[in-house]
Amino acid sequence: MNEILTAVLLIAGGLFSFIASLGMLRLPDTIIRMHAATKAGALGAGLIFIALAFHHFELATTLRALAAVTFILLTAPVAAHLIGRAAYCSKVTLWEKTWIDELANTCDWRTGEFETEKNSTSETQPTKGDDR
Amino acid sequence: MNMENLFLKIATEITLILLMIGIILAFIRLLIGPDPADRIVALDLISILIVGLLAAFSIYTNEKSFLDVAIAYALIAFLGTVALARYRERLAKQRGSAETDKEIE
Repeated sequence: MNEILTAVLLIAGGLFSFIASLGMLRLPDTIIRMHAATKAGALGAGLIFIALAFHHFELATTLRALAAVTFILLTAPVAAHLIGRAAYCSKVTLWEKTWIDELANTCDWRTGEFETEKNSTSETQPTKGDDR
Repeated sequence: MNMENLFLKIATEITLILLMIGIILAFIRLLIGPDPADRIVALDLISILIVGLLAAFSIYTNEKSFLDVAIAYALIAFLGTVALARYRERLAKQRGSAETDKEIE
């Protein structure tokens, strides 16, 4: 029974990882590609670690596998936030069908800070992505 | 070898093959990515896939020490991604301040 559960979790994790890399290759721009890479990739690796925890079913190994899952779930959003901020602040080209860009003209180059409160009234209008 | 062990072996092999194909696809994006941020995202995905590959390989060979390798690799990969992202942002900041200086002049 344990083997069946391990096998199902493994195949699910492998499929999620494969879908993540497929989206990495096929999706149209950097920000959209990050959507595939970080979420599906972390989910796939986490599922494989849970399968590992069920395979070696003993206290030390299972605890280490669960600690690895926790570590992946903690670090993947942080890394994704940093990459997304760097990509947006370096004026990466958005997809041509992007029709709403709520952060347009809010990245200050001098300090690297986003100013969302100061000109929030003008940013609620949908703007073209290339107007940054 | 009974039925369940055979099923687990086939599932592990399928998972390893899927992860290898995934690493190849992400590596193509690492090669062709138009922006440096694309390459950083691809590198992050490759390292997370390698962590999953190490965990799946630990099941395949029934060896527990690959789990420690996977945890250490995940830690180092996170540090590398953070360093590359900070570098990209600092590069953009320097270029942006150079452009605004030119506009002021």
